[in-house]
Amino acid sequence: MSMKAEQQYIDLFTQCEAMICRQSADVLNAPRAKAFADFEKLGFPTRKQEKYKYTEVSKYFAPDYGLNLNRLEFPVNPYEVFKCDVPNMSTSLYFVVNDTFDKHVHPSAQLAEGVYFGSLKDMAEQHPDLVRKYYGKLADTSKDALAAFNTMFAQDGVCMYVPKNVVLERPIQLVNILRADVDFMVNRRVLIILEDGAQAKLLVCDHAMDDVNFLSTQVVEVFAGENAVFDLYELEETHNSTVRFNNLYVNQEAGSNVLLNGMTLHNGTTRNTTEVTLAGRGAEISLCGMAIADQNEQVDNHTFIDHKVPDCTSNELFKYVLDDQAVGAFAGKVLVREGAQHTSSQQTNRNLCATREARMYTQPQLEIYADDVKCSHGATVGQLDENALFYMQQRGISLKEARLLLMFAFVNEVIDHIRMDALKDRLHLLVEKRFRGELNKCQGCAICK
Amino acid sequence: MLEIKNLHANINGKEILKGINLTVKPGEVHAIMGPNGSGKSTLSNVLVGHPAYEVTKGTVTFDGKDLLALSPADRSHEGLFLSFQYPVEIPGVSMVNFMRAAVNEQRKYKGLPALTASEFLKLMRQKREIVELDSKLANRSVNEGFSGGEKKRNEIFQMAMLEPKLSILDETDSGLDIDALRIVAEGVNKLKTPDTSCIVITHYQRLLDYIKPDIVHVLYKGRIVKTAGPELALELEEKGYDWIKKELGE
Repeated sequence: MSMKAEQQYIDLFTQCEAMICRQSADVLNAPRAKAFADFEKLGFPTRKQEKYKYTEVSKYFAPDYGLNLNRLEFPVNPYEVFKCDVPNMSTSLYFVVNDTFDKHVHPSAQLAEGVYFGSLKDMAEQHPDLVRKYYGKLADTSKDALAAFNTMFAQDGVCMYVPKNVVLERPIQLVNILRADVDFMVNRRVLIILEDGAQAKLLVCDHAMDDVNFLSTQVVEVFAGENAVFDLYELEETHNSTVRFNNLYVNQEAGSNVLLNGMTLHNGTTRNTTEVTLAGRGAEISLCGMAIADQNEQVDNHTFIDHKVPDCTSNELFKYVLDDQAVGAFAGKVLVREGAQHTSSQQTNRNLCATREARMYTQPQLEIYADDVKCSHGATVGQLDENALFYMQQRGISLKEARLLLMFAFVNEVIDHIRMDALKDRLHLLVEKRFRGELNKCQGCAICK
Repeated sequence: MLEIKNLHANINGKEILKGINLTVKPGEVHAIMGPNGSGKSTLSNVLVGHPAYEVTKGTVTFDGKDLLALSPADRSHEGLFLSFQYPVEIPGVSMVNFMRAAVNEQRKYKGLPALTASEFLKLMRQKREIVELDSKLANRSVNEGFSGGEKKRNEIFQMAMLEPKLSILDETDSGLDIDALRIVAEGVNKLKTPDTSCIVITHYQRLLDYIKPDIVHVLYKGRIVKTAGPELALELEEKGYDWIKKELGE
């Protein structure tokens, strides 16, 4: 691919830099020039690069998308559109339309003293020193062109800040809505800071409201301080014309415990890059994901877990169910550095292909430079168990229903890792609907309805 | 109830059943015995419609219906049940969900409304007692981590839930100690009514001490070569199969 796809963004940035900066905050503007230089140097990754082997990035950026760099307000009241307050979810509910945090405060919102959950731009203006300390510190623009791209163009997004030793009892639910009348690009930025001993749970639901082509890039940086406990659930339920590039970076200090669970229920093309650094002793990461894809949907998860210090634990579980011509990819690397003794690391990737046309690529990678560690990995691609299918049919369960029960059982293992009971129940129902073909496209926030 | 006429069946192109004739009337218990590899399990698999087997000739009528024309699930709905020699483990599917799906699909087939959650759980509780199945097992995944005896008891429990007209017990006694054998056999006997029938496939007399057959058949090389009363099973236990082979001129 020529530099054509890059050129339009290089031109756009050059022409609009002043406007981009005017509609953002100083702290977010500071790294733009370097990001731009990095992007010019890197260009979009090609499939020759190991890290992007399964997703042709420039193809998705080549079309002409509208952007809202001048940040005109979209006339949408999400609380009207999404009847989202499900009583038994008991979350503090917030909305982001494209990259803009919705200012209406919903009555369900209950945050503990000192906790901030809101616009990143506002936070960067009100507390520049705090944001400067963290912003861009994990998303290295010289290493990843998409991180550079997002850093160039992102003007706002979300900031979550939980001060030292504050425990947020009520999970926060963030609903991202893609909303536009023309083909549209959104560059959203998320910064999550949990200070030492802080605890919180965040559920993010991604939706596409309009029947246009969407391209979204998102960079999420998570800082988990010493002994912090954080759950992040990301649920994508968009439509076939949505392309999502999500880069999630997590840094964990000693004794912290983080659970990441990314679930793709409906999408077009999705590339999730997740990089976790275990920087302090005794840190523990649970990294889970599942994808249910059919038609021409594509889901590519690329994960990297860096065991930098001794006594850390990582558990990774990804499961895919691919139907029709869907394509799935999972590349998971675990690095155990020299001296990272007593590392415990387990990686599992299991996949079901329901048709001959569905394709799954899996690439587990384990690099170990310490000698006293417990590491394992396993990957399988298979079909449904014929013996189990027949056994169920003998009991009167139709083949169709038997297949559903097995597919459901297959992904349940991922759902069972969720540490929010209401979400677990809701997902059981949603996944069942999805397999029954009753979630044909984004219906708005099905999780919230 | 069941009428098998000149049934031939293959697996992987190899003919295993070479002309089976068998009639089972309501209320009857038939035992089918025979040496290893004679086709006993093939017969049960063919009757329930296992896709690996191909019927090449013959007919099977079940309660007046052409059994071979029905899907495996519909054969079950019509009242045919197989207690598997090797019950399948299904990780992630709970016994409760499995049985609820089975019971409600059968009810749908019969034009009955689905059971409510409480009706269903009550039914589970009642039927569990028949085979003394631990309530904990009912909450686990189907057969996962069950001992050999628990798996067989679980088969009879499912039989109790589905109330079949004709049950085929395929070597239900294999891998059972004497107590488990008694519980399983008593379960089968409790479920027996004057209208339901049973085909017991076994190598040994010991199961037949508990489940008394009316008729005993010997299956050998894909054919039923001898049919007699219950005394035949005792004779086989005592003398083995060689005398039958001799009778056949082998």
